[in-house]
Amino acid sequence: MPENTPTRRGFLGLLALTPVVAACATGGGAPAPSVPAAAGPTSAANPLGVAAKDPLDVVIFKGGFGDDWAKFAESLYTKRHPEAKIKHAGIQGVGQAMQPRMVAGDPPDVIDNSGAGALDVASLVADKQLLSLEKLLDAPSADDPAVKVRDTLVPGIVEAGSFGGVPYVLNYAYTVWGLWYSSSLFAKHGWTYPATWAEMLTLGDEIKKAGLAPWTYQGKYPEYMNDPLLTMVAKAGGMEQVAAIDNLEPGAWRADSVKAVVEAFAELAGRGHIMKGSEALSHTEAQTAWCQGKAVFIPCGSWLEAEQAKVTPAGFDMVVGPTPRLSDADKLPGTAIQAAGSEPFIIPAQGKNTAGGLEFLRLMLAKESAANFATTASAMPVRKDALEGLQLSSGLKSVGELVAAAGKDALSYRFPGWYAPLAKAVHDSTGELLNGRVSAARWTERVQKAADQVAADASITKYKR
Amino acid sequence: MRHRRLPFIAGFLVLPLTLYAVLVLSPYAQAFYLALTDWRGVSARAEFVGADNFARLLDDPQVLGALKNNAVMLLVVPIATVVLALFLAAALSLGRRRGAGVYRVVYFFPQLLSVAVVGVLFQFVYTPNSGLLNGVLNLLGIEGRSWLGDPSLALWAVMAVVVWSAVGFYVVLFCAAMESIPREILEAAAIDGASALTRLIRVVLPLVWENVQVAFIYLGMAALDGFAIVQIMTVGPGGPDNATEVLGLTLYRNAFTYGKFGYASALGVALFFLTLALAVLVLRGSRRDRVEMA
Repeated sequence: MPENTPTRRGFLGLLALTPVVAACATGGGAPAPSVPAAAGPTSAANPLGVAAKDPLDVVIFKGGFGDDWAKFAESLYTKRHPEAKIKHAGIQGVGQAMQPRMVAGDPPDVIDNSGAGALDVASLVADKQLLSLEKLLDAPSADDPAVKVRDTLVPGIVEAGSFGGVPYVLNYAYTVWGLWYSSSLFAKHGWTYPATWAEMLTLGDEIKKAGLAPWTYQGKYPEYMNDPLLTMVAKAGGMEQVAAIDNLEPGAWRADSVKAVVEAFAELAGRGHIMKGSEALSHTEAQTAWCQGKAVFIPCGSWLEAEQAKVTPAGFDMVVGPTPRLSDADKLPGTAIQAAGSEPFIIPAQGKNTAGGLEFLRLMLAKESAANFATTASAMPVRKDALEGLQLSSGLKSVGELVAAAGKDALSYRFPGWYAPLAKAVHDSTGELLNGRVSAARWTERVQKAADQVAADASITKYKR
Repeated sequence: MRHRRLPFIAGFLVLPLTLYAVLVLSPYAQAFYLALTDWRGVSARAEFVGADNFARLLDDPQVLGALKNNAVMLLVVPIATVVLALFLAAALSLGRRRGAGVYRVVYFFPQLLSVAVVGVLFQFVYTPNSGLLNGVLNLLGIEGRSWLGDPSLALWAVMAVVVWSAVGFYVVLFCAAMESIPREILEAAAIDGASALTRLIRVVLPLVWENVQVAFIYLGMAALDGFAIVQIMTVGPGGPDNATEVLGLTLYRNAFTYGKFGYASALGVALFFLTLALAVLVLRGSRRDRVEMA
């Protein structure tokens, strides 16, 4: 074969091999999970009843955030339970490594189920392989016994990890989406961050006059631009609109708020506010061009600062702003943000030291650990007050401010996770919209058609929010 | 002793054949079975749905779009590669220029790069604002284009890369074939007054026809594939707006993004028969009398 490496043939072989693996994986007849008699006597210092000598087995996904922050939480654990031996593994490919252990009934006590090839949580829940985190959430927090762990978390994070009302997953990192810009560049030109889309367009015209491109985006992956677009839809139409879209209600994408927002974004193409060539740039290329000051705004999640650390010039001072409101008639306040958890932690129900696993998570959510995560991983953890009193980089500081200002108005869409084909239709259509090849009206029609197809397809499992 | 030879040979073949059966044949067989189920790839549960997946294939716009793109690639890539490779091979092996060996190595070079490297490399070549291609065009006073960002250009940009990376292999293949042609035949043709082009088409081509035939089959398969390069290089991938979608990518997305392993297997089975049909057609359609050379 002239075309070597991943050929169709090799690929098919691989594809077809999966059932063998799956069969092996499922054929073992895993014992029905029982609640292990792990919990020892509880006390104020040991509310979860950790047995003093039980070893703790921790598996952490060692990705962009590293795993030093987890080791820090382990050191807190050792302080409280000095007799317990801790086994730490910082790995990649968590799913592959953990699947055999789950099946054999010998899972670790805590898993950071993150990164490419993570375990499929929905199937784990369906097979009753996970421990409910209810006990942890109702336990007193590590710093203040009067406050429950649940109340130290940012809003929405418990619900996001719940299946049928039972919390099985705890996301540790908190990602916020918005529009990024250089605050020093803004100061130099005397610009102010726009609160509404009309102001955004006016500012864009002004930026163009200054010889810069107002916007760029990660053109190779047009979904980056959907984050501000969909956030603006949520602001204009309110949470009812978000629910209508996620629930695949007929005509949800034809709502006036969607139409108006899509037309607003089409203006970017119409006015030539997007940097030339953006549509073919990879995320690294676009973000680097932005760091070089060739474009002023770029949409991204809060990982941007860490991702760009090596190429950001000194004094660039990147900050994130909330997506502008469509107009003053918006149903949500301008401070509302799109946000979601990442680094999902799970506790296998068959673990030998489940109490220790819960205790580890409780200590990971202590103020000290959260601060350690924020500084070593340059990201925001799910603890509400994690960033208070810390010396932070400009970007992370602005993320903290954004979260604080948003309060309860943190939203996220569920349809991209539930219905991937619909998400693809939205991505493709937005890419075309931003290049002026698809009109706003056509965008709505295309996306509505895709949503209708998903709704009519009996083979796709439907969810409601 | 003669009757002992069979078990002796079989003894050697047991291990490789078992491995082949377990690692190659059984997955193939399972793919055929899975194509008839709704398996989602996360548990052992798979329900038999009959030919439902195959019926769906025919009105899936993404599959049809991918099929169209693969068809375009099937028309363009083999012909462009073979014509280019024949031309270069003729220049190298019949022209008797100095340095032909060096050129042969240079042409073969892309073959040494993995598809992933080629994909990343050409993404940089095509990148609109700082890419090599637009840089050269700007020097010549031509305005650069957004090669991978424009739906009307993207597939052609992909095909150019596929041809670029394949042509070297066939240059070497055709060179070897051409060098086994007896010189007297070419000299006789020259004395009879045949021009260089006539000699190439009327004398050389028939003598290397078997190699060309093989080239068409291999390139046909490559054109029906294209998965790796599209996945790595294009917008989306498969875009913009499905302009570079190929069947391999549709299969991959259905299996690993949409969790429809059963449907993806059906797509794989369809692709299998498509490739098989193509190979048979090319072999049948291009059958000629074998020329025996002295």
